[in-house]
Amino acid sequence: MKSIRLPQFTLAPQAAAVRRLFRPADLAVGLGTLTLLYVVARVGAQSLVKFSPPEIIPSIGLDPRNLPNYAARSTLRMFIALGFSTLFTFIYGYAAARSRRAERVLIPLLDILQSVPVLGFLSVTVTAFIALFRGSLLGLEAASIFAIFTGQAWNMTFSFYQSLRSVPGELDEMATLYRLSLWERFTRLELPAAAIGLVWNGMMSFGGGWFFLAASESISVLNRQYTLPGLGSYVAAAVQAKDLRALGWAIAVMILLVVLIDQFFWKPLVTLADRYKLEMTAGEERRFWVVELWRAAALPRYFEKLLSPLFGESDRWLAARTRPRAEIGGKTNSRSSDWIFNTIVIAISAALLLAAIRFVLSGVGVHEVLRATLLGLATCARVLVLIVVSTLVWTPIGVAIGFSPRLARLSQPIVQIFASFPANFLFPFATLAFLKLGVSLNWGSMLLMALGAQWYLLFNVIGGAQSIPYDLREMAASLQLRGVRRWKALIGPGIFASWVTGAITASGGAWNASIVSELVSWGNTTLRADGLGAYIAEATAKGDWPRIVLGVGLMSVFVVGLNRLLWRRLYDVAERRYQLG
Amino acid sequence: MMWQKGDISSADLLNMLNGNSLLSAEHISKTFPLPAGGEQTVLENVSLRVEPGEVVALLGRSGSGKSTLLRILAGLIRPSRGQVLRKGEELRGPNPDTAMVFQSFALLPWLTVQENAELGLTARGVQKQAAEEAALHALQMVGLEGFEGAYPKELSGGMRQRVGFARAFVMKPDVLMMDEPFSALDVLTAENLRGEISDLWERGVFPSRSIVLVTHNIEEAVLLADRIVILGANPGVIRGELRVEMPRPRDRKASRFGALVDYVYTVMTNPGAPVADLPSAQPSRRFPMLPHARVGGISGLLEIIHDRGGREDLPNLADNLRLEIDDLLPAVDASAMLGFATVSQGDVNITEAGREFATAGVHRSHQIFQEQLLKNVPLVKTVLGMLEQKRDGRIGKEFLLDILDEHFSDTEAQRQFETLVDWGRYAQLFEYDSDEEKLYKVEAETEARE
Repeated sequence: MKSIRLPQFTLAPQAAAVRRLFRPADLAVGLGTLTLLYVVARVGAQSLVKFSPPEIIPSIGLDPRNLPNYAARSTLRMFIALGFSTLFTFIYGYAAARSRRAERVLIPLLDILQSVPVLGFLSVTVTAFIALFRGSLLGLEAASIFAIFTGQAWNMTFSFYQSLRSVPGELDEMATLYRLSLWERFTRLELPAAAIGLVWNGMMSFGGGWFFLAASESISVLNRQYTLPGLGSYVAAAVQAKDLRALGWAIAVMILLVVLIDQFFWKPLVTLADRYKLEMTAGEERRFWVVELWRAAALPRYFEKLLSPLFGESDRWLAARTRPRAEIGGKTNSRSSDWIFNTIVIAISAALLLAAIRFVLSGVGVHEVLRATLLGLATCARVLVLIVVSTLVWTPIGVAIGFSPRLARLSQPIVQIFASFPANFLFPFATLAFLKLGVSLNWGSMLLMALGAQWYLLFNVIGGAQSIPYDLREMAASLQLRGVRRWKALIGPGIFASWVTGAITASGGAWNASIVSELVSWGNTTLRADGLGAYIAEATAKGDWPRIVLGVGLMSVFVVGLNRLLWRRLYDVAERRYQLG
Repeated sequence: MMWQKGDISSADLLNMLNGNSLLSAEHISKTFPLPAGGEQTVLENVSLRVEPGEVVALLGRSGSGKSTLLRILAGLIRPSRGQVLRKGEELRGPNPDTAMVFQSFALLPWLTVQENAELGLTARGVQKQAAEEAALHALQMVGLEGFEGAYPKELSGGMRQRVGFARAFVMKPDVLMMDEPFSALDVLTAENLRGEISDLWERGVFPSRSIVLVTHNIEEAVLLADRIVILGANPGVIRGELRVEMPRPRDRKASRFGALVDYVYTVMTNPGAPVADLPSAQPSRRFPMLPHARVGGISGLLEIIHDRGGREDLPNLADNLRLEIDDLLPAVDASAMLGFATVSQGDVNITEAGREFATAGVHRSHQIFQEQLLKNVPLVKTVLGMLEQKRDGRIGKEFLLDILDEHFSDTEAQRQFETLVDWGRYAQLFEYDSDEEKLYKVEAETEARE
């Protein structure tokens, strides 16, 4: 039988006997679970039952009393998307890790998918899903969920794939020799080994997902405005009505949501995932109040006991049906068939690429391609300036936080909320300021892009500073290294690798954000910057397919190019020269 | 029921009559493709039989393919040529008659001790109750009763490996595979656990019928094995085998024990020497493999031998330094290759050059090293020749690795390169710029300045 952890405190025998039936913790756990079920059921019913043809746009009421309902609907979308992302992660990551051939196609494809600006695809997905669920709000729901999914899935999949690939060799041999079935191998070895990476990546991706939620709930595609009731569309409506009070309410609710989900979902998961460390060092167990409450309550254990025979049976059933083959792969001298496989893959890719190029050229011509490329260079310049400025601003602050445990403890929750908070909720305020001060969006859009992207830099710099061994810091102090010398000798090289990771993520985020940052509005006034982001946004609104394909394709080329030419190289330098330990 | 050592069933009798062993490797070769094209041969035409009731030790240095051979017998790796027979039938997948104890324990940290021990049985579909009982029994055998609910990370290294043993015992395998099971433990813990395992075997309650043990620890092999199979390296071949006919429990202090250990040392330190009556054919190489010893290690060893009168018994030396033979051998081999020492009968003798090197001052020692290096290591001359040829006096690391790749595996080529750079730098023959990844000649003026 699976052993159950004892509660962290012991009760006097009599008290234990009395409380065994019902504990105060049970009241909290029980009520909490019931409330959650009720909300999910009610909100879920709304999107399923309320049929409204897409010609009739659901209206958004700006009364703050509507906000809880909108917030719940948005949150449900986020979690459904997370569910799909997880499922996708398992299937895709597993296939890539298990099959050498699948790996050779799936991993480069994932690399491309990761670089493609998700928001540029909203037009495609919205039309497709509306056609799929004709006459129902479900199409819009699905499109929104899909947008969030595309923002979450790739990161999680990469993390899972890498965890699977780095399972220690002897553990893998052990599983083979002791003939663990595929199910047992997955549940006993692979999933636990991937758990920590998956949870942390899921948490980060979920935070990023709010951005896509906000962007996808209210969107004009093919000359038509689509609105899906939720927090994002509430903000859009408030912007349209120039209602600052409503915006304030939306932001307050958003912060509350981020905090609640962090406390009741991610923190408990992170605490639980700690069990699945591969290192054998006995460390201090992370403690967290929700988890303690859950452990102190008797109800969860009662249900676990009730359900454990069922779980045990299904576990055995699945294990029995996924027995490994008695033979293992023989000689792998299939170089010729590898060659054929590669040729086919390359041929298909080339054909797709050619078709896309032909489509674009026949639609708009070479001149348009050159124009779009110039716009791309403009956006590229913005992204680079943003990275440089964010680095200058946040590196000293991040290092200061990383070097001081007290500062780190105080600032961590705040930074986390900022990172999860969808930057596009703040866009209206910035837009208003630009209008009042007469700032051109050509400059202002950089600030908008930075609102979301800079946190990745800060996060990683803090982590990098924390990972510099204390010995080295003491060494620097004893040699009286100060100021520039200290930065050149110790801090710079020490945080370089983390900085590169942060910069890659920030750059990716900024490219994506450019689509919503280079074209903003307040009421009926619209501000526009010259850039590839605005180009895609306008093409999407008009439903100009050749331009959509051209814009999205070009942006992907820019992102991949920047990755290959700049970030990958810096990363190699970091790995070769500045690895600590 | 529990198998007892030496038990012979009627099925065994039938197998023996047919000439079948419990497990046998028939003319096994294993090659891995090399990155530069071509392939590296890890095992070459290896045949081995495992009979019921015996302990076979596979002894060899790193690169002898002993772990690969063990994994081929366990069915984890398919041989490139030849076949493995299990009671007369060809093995095509994980061998169900075997269980393995791993060097790094290979425990799942998130399962309890008991869940880890049960893993193989539940995977076989054994009922929960039965699996639980078997696991408890095995844990008892290895002295872990009371720890069933603990997690591996709460245990010490020695206790973790006990869990590894219990997990294998539970399977009641015909052949228990042990892959350097004690080498990740500290000396005392290893000694203790080794003693308990041999005790179980001697008392006849060991839950497998035969054992195949991979080790590089000579004493361990002599202590536990009935038969020591000695493997030669690059490519792995069986150089020969020695029967250990000593009564159990074996006494380390017995003169026969010491003599055998000494003899095995002699064999191990002379790759060309015949083992027992079997002559071995070592293929000659254009570039003999450089032992992975740093110059500091070589001179350290020579200084110790010099201090002890210029001659030292290897087992004794290893013991005094608390080193495994694998840690000591590279420096010994390098000394022999460079003409600083000779090795015979398990003894290292320092040569005149070695004595001079060990006692010379810093400047002189660079010179002596340079002379010996040029005289004895053809690869160095090749590299110097190439540096002469190039107009800018530089060659890239990749270029050299490409050449080494034809003779060694990818990682081995890398290590060869590192050793070469270390030696060449010390001999002040060439320098290496790790930023540009280029070797260049040390100019005469730098030598003159010194």
